[in-house]
Amino acid sequence: MDLTLSPSEQSFRDELRAWLADNHPGEEPPGDDAAFDHRRKWQLQLYEAGYAGLSWPKEYGGRGASLVEQALFGEEMARVRAPSPANVLGLVMGGPVVMHHGTDEQKERWLKAILTGEEIWCQGFSEPESGSDLASLKTKAVKSNGEWVVTGQKVWTTFAHKAKWCMLVARTDQDVPKHQGLTYFIMDMEQDAVQVRPLYQITNQPEFNELFIEEARIPDENVVGGVGNGWGVAITTLMNERAGLGAASAAGVRIALEELKDLARERGVTDDPVIRQRIAQIAIEVELLRLNAWRGLTQIMKHGVPGPEGSLPKWQWSDVNQALTELAVDILGEDGAAWDSNWTYRLLRSRANSIEGGTTEILKNIIAERVLGLPKLR
Amino acid sequence: MNFDFTDDQQAIKRTANELLAARFKPERMRELAEAGAYDDDAWKEMSELGWAGIFIDEEHGGQGLGIVELVILMEELGYALAPVPFLSNAAAGLALQFAGTDEQKERWLPGIASGEARGTVGVLRDGEARLVPDADSAEVIVLIAPDGSSTVVEASAAEVEPFEAMDRTRRFARVRADGGEPLGGDHLAAADRVATAISAETVGVAQKAMEMAVEYARDRKQFGRPIGSYQAVSHRCAQMLLEVEGSRSGAYFAGWCADAEPESLPAAASMAKAYSSDAGWRVCGSSLQVHGGIGFTWEHDLHFYLKRAKTNAMLYGSAREHRERVAELSLGQPAAVA
Repeated sequence: MDLTLSPSEQSFRDELRAWLADNHPGEEPPGDDAAFDHRRKWQLQLYEAGYAGLSWPKEYGGRGASLVEQALFGEEMARVRAPSPANVLGLVMGGPVVMHHGTDEQKERWLKAILTGEEIWCQGFSEPESGSDLASLKTKAVKSNGEWVVTGQKVWTTFAHKAKWCMLVARTDQDVPKHQGLTYFIMDMEQDAVQVRPLYQITNQPEFNELFIEEARIPDENVVGGVGNGWGVAITTLMNERAGLGAASAAGVRIALEELKDLARERGVTDDPVIRQRIAQIAIEVELLRLNAWRGLTQIMKHGVPGPEGSLPKWQWSDVNQALTELAVDILGEDGAAWDSNWTYRLLRSRANSIEGGTTEILKNIIAERVLGLPKLR
Repeated sequence: MNFDFTDDQQAIKRTANELLAARFKPERMRELAEAGAYDDDAWKEMSELGWAGIFIDEEHGGQGLGIVELVILMEELGYALAPVPFLSNAAAGLALQFAGTDEQKERWLPGIASGEARGTVGVLRDGEARLVPDADSAEVIVLIAPDGSSTVVEASAAEVEPFEAMDRTRRFARVRADGGEPLGGDHLAAADRVATAISAETVGVAQKAMEMAVEYARDRKQFGRPIGSYQAVSHRCAQMLLEVEGSRSGAYFAGWCADAEPESLPAAASMAKAYSSDAGWRVCGSSLQVHGGIGFTWEHDLHFYLKRAKTNAMLYGSAREHRERVAELSLGQPAAVA
């Protein structure tokens, strides 16, 4: 057991810290479009410094960084509150899928523009009637004259209004069991048959969108991983989404803990024994989240693939982030009722944490079935 | 960065697991627990293997290994719920090794390391230590005062009053003693290592209680299917895993801090003890709920684990006390109450 960084890990972090000190893009400007442009510029900066596509192999223009380096990158970005790159879904999900399942032509066509942020990607998985039960999705793709014609509706589509490409899973065969009839497409968003409508959240912000797709066209060469293999391809992206996030989310919530302590000091409640107990409990859970994430990373490095244990940090993070924002708003007292309070925004936003990227209930199912070996529900 | 045991440490874990599984089959553990007795032969065997002195300096008869190795043994001892006086003796060893003067080490550590002249540690509250494991059979007792200072007394000079405890797998006494000899060194350095050790033991206890729940949930059928296929039961089991793994990460990290990064040990040890104290009880209680009525019977072994978990939560600082310590380390001392 050695929780210190190796000399090369240490120098990776030192270089990154120095680079961030000189290149931090500053606070995000207000307004959706301005904030997005800010992130886009930031991604290009990251790309030029060799920090975009950190986990991507060098042959595809990435850095080929180790898992520890990826985790350190996430920690450092959270530490200085750097914005996410604009094309985060392309970097974390789209690129890895194309690299794993794509043809040489597809790699040539898409990868570079994902890395630079020139082309933004979005994800069309969930539908109004297919949330946790993703494989039941109904959006239909029919082949006609060598191209695919797609009709259906998608929801929770982050950045759809900015995206050039959509990772779309659609049903191409109605007559086989639900997991077998799906195909993974890359759909061009720039066509009239795809309508994007913003979806306002309880924070009154349109972070997500709905997609209305009416006979959209997708050329056959945009099928990834073969017709009928969409479920397997989609699962790769979800595993990728969860694997790298543990350490970074732990770092983010550690910063939130410091802000919570500052708030307690400002409000003069640090002598209150109940508040002390609650802050300490959150501090403990934040630290254990970090430790679980690092322990999980060691397991991946030893055994190659991310295991289902990777489901623990996501669940733990949503629990602790919700508890943390609740305590902050408790400390604010009546001031927490104000709409312009940043903590109140975070309290409301945190309600999505246990839903987005896999609900806590689905994560518990995965842990029960695949880690503990309990009998399947269905 | 490698948050896992070395090959040597894995070997210690495997050996401990196998030996304890062979010596403490469930019926043997129960027989000892019901008699309120320890297995003296098994204790002798463990001592000969060097377990009792695993972290004690070689010059004082120990193995000269670290707290990580102690954590490994403690977890396995908890998993087997082994009725042996290991924890108490290890606590005394930690107190003397990390806070004792050279003379005190010279005098007491060899007996502790060989397991032949055992020690224990008690926490004084209002002049009395009210929950002292194995004080009736120890030769030396370390008493920690409310201000954190400690004294070492010969057991024969102390007033030791054994009492029947909820946890039948461990013997407890109340202890009063006048005088004694102050320990010279860093009391907190010792107390943090004791907290780390008992946290690791609770990890093993909770792991076993979780495994019992999962096994039962797979086998037990109601309404025509295994109860573990119902989410009300399976999600309870997933919650157990979350809490067991959190406790484990906390205890392993505290062990590593003790050996490699002592400046991080105070927070790490108190975090491990606070979390494992709550988690140990919750996991065992949740396991009892999964078992239903059979889990509430004396004939089922689960209650021995439940009682150990609760008693460990009370021993060497409660969750509330250790959380307050975490608060002190990050927010500072509270203002004195007028």
